[in-house]
Amino acid sequence: MKFIVSAVAASLFACGSAFAQQLAPSPTLDAVKARGHIECGVHLGLPGFSFANDKGEWTGLDVDYCRSLAAAVLGDATKVKYTPTSVQQRWPMLQSGQVDLLSRNTTITFSRNATLGVNFQGINFYEGQTFVVRTKAKVAKVADLADATICVAAGSTEEKNAADWFRERNLKVTIINFQKNDDAISAYDQGRCDAYTAGIGALAGQRIKFKNPDEHQILTEIISNDPQGPVTRWGDERWQLIVRWVLNAQIAAEAFGITSKNVDEMKAKSTNAEVRRILGAEGKFGDMMGLSNDWAYNIVKQVGNYGESYERTVGMGSPLKLKRGANELWTKGGLLYTPPFQ
Amino acid sequence: MRNASQNLVKAGIASGFNFLWRDSGIEVPFTLTGYKPSDSILALLWVGVVNTLLVSACSIAVATVIGFTVGLLRLSRNWLLSTLAGVYIEFVRNIPLLFFVLFWYFGVLAALPAPRESLSFLDVAFLNRRGLSIPLPNDVTGFRWVLLATVALVVVQWALARWARGRQARTGRDFPTWAVGFGLCGALPMAAFVAAGALTSWDVPVMRGFNYRGGFVLVPEFVALFAALSTYTAGFIAEVVRGGVLSVRQGQIDAARALGLTPGRVIRLVVIPQAMPVIIPPLTSQYLNLIKNSSFGAAIAYPELVSVFMGSVLVATGQAIEIIAITLSIYLVLSIAVSLFMNWYNASHRLVTR
Repeated sequence: MKFIVSAVAASLFACGSAFAQQLAPSPTLDAVKARGHIECGVHLGLPGFSFANDKGEWTGLDVDYCRSLAAAVLGDATKVKYTPTSVQQRWPMLQSGQVDLLSRNTTITFSRNATLGVNFQGINFYEGQTFVVRTKAKVAKVADLADATICVAAGSTEEKNAADWFRERNLKVTIINFQKNDDAISAYDQGRCDAYTAGIGALAGQRIKFKNPDEHQILTEIISNDPQGPVTRWGDERWQLIVRWVLNAQIAAEAFGITSKNVDEMKAKSTNAEVRRILGAEGKFGDMMGLSNDWAYNIVKQVGNYGESYERTVGMGSPLKLKRGANELWTKGGLLYTPPFQ
Repeated sequence: MRNASQNLVKAGIASGFNFLWRDSGIEVPFTLTGYKPSDSILALLWVGVVNTLLVSACSIAVATVIGFTVGLLRLSRNWLLSTLAGVYIEFVRNIPLLFFVLFWYFGVLAALPAPRESLSFLDVAFLNRRGLSIPLPNDVTGFRWVLLATVALVVVQWALARWARGRQARTGRDFPTWAVGFGLCGALPMAAFVAAGALTSWDVPVMRGFNYRGGFVLVPEFVALFAALSTYTAGFIAEVVRGGVLSVRQGQIDAARALGLTPGRVIRLVVIPQAMPVIIPPLTSQYLNLIKNSSFGAAIAYPELVSVFMGSVLVATGQAIEIIAITLSIYLVLSIAVSLFMNWYNASHRLVTR
């Protein structure tokens, strides 16, 4: 009898460990938790997206994404270290593990996904490429730039898109490649080039770097679509899962009307099952990823939902004054759509 | 190597040299090779190599001339000349090259007018902020007469020099070889050029919209890098030359003067040949430095090897290991070639002393 009891107890004990939550190992997440902060690769200085002011404080849409990630993973949106990366440096820094992710308005392209060993975890900004020219030049549409000289940053999607667009229409342009965006901007400002090309949102931000911003005009014609989002490297599936669903949580919060001001009230009083699951009032979604169950609550409380972040950094509450356009919820005519939290 | 390639495969990063045959799609503002963005990345690599060689060769030539002049001036007994030379040398040696490159680029750019207000030379060549546009002939076959005329000039000059040397050995009389040679047939290449030029049609730069189109454009990036490299390296070459000249024994110079040679001939026939074995090894180092310093073109968008291959192509394909290996080997081959040539020149032109 005693033998049977102890045998049953031993087998239950053995099985019990199998019922405990077994999560796939995630070296990046473990490193982040051990370090105590997230290493976020950002732009060298793009006002509105990732820009450090003279006190060294980083603000911007991409910066807000990293803060949301820190709030979700570590519970504190301030636990991020921002590493400015140029267009050339960003890939080796991500591939080698020096940064945990890139959040620096990087366009999603096929060749990057296929040959660089990186994955794109969603779209946090729908960008479109256009040109900035001097108002004196009286350029009405992009085709008027035939025979012009255009400054670009070497290796950016803007460089290839501009070359492809003009070649398709049999128009000749001269493209000058600089190593950094700022070099291209100052060469354009000095008069070396007739135009500088970047995304329409990025140009709205870069405008403050010109000597006389009023002398320049950003064209409204878009020559290509550039969806931009956070980038992770291949291999660490659970970390990529977290990065993806943090972005989805931000967008879902706006879809359900959860803002940083009413998040406590929503958590306590909402009867919508999905809202309750997102905010951790029921279900154990955080545990499924290896995070605390407050992960989404912390995001909205400390950083805000997508709409709040947008308005504060690039929208009407910022110097850029960009309209939402495609960056609006799908129910309001935009392209932001997130899978259900179920 | 195997470890690296295994890690690359695991991380999903493309590896191997196949990317060289992919279409490049990258535009280059200045090239002598007729490259188009639809060519392969290998063609783009060749553009980078040619541009590096071009700016290096031009800068080496000019830097040597300036360097020798300034070095000899530094040794002049005229206080003003030697102080000016000294100031130039110290200024150039103590400031980093990047400063000079940026100074020449932004200085040159700021001084030039906008395209609409270009400086025009006879209405066929135009100088503006986008570069110097010069007309190009549409058909170069007529110009082979110019080549022939130049070859004829060289041959005549050489024959004349040999005859004049022989006459000097026999009779001791001087002969103005250069003046006579150029007087006789210097006009020949000029005439051939004018004749050939008149016979073909020219691709003249024409103002279209924003810029001049047609002809050949010499971009300000090239001029700025060329000027910066030449003036910077000239300062170092000047000191090398000065060291070499000081190494010649004073007795040689005294003897040459006692023989009645003019100061110009003392320097040209006695001092410099004896100083050369001392000058050439450090001079080779300066040339190699110049070739490597041409990579500063990346800072001002001059499409040389580093800017085009290690910049644009590296970001477009992400294959860092292969690209850096190729760039390193190209610089290595260039440097070894220059160094071998200089050592051969030194060995073969050495004055054999007892």
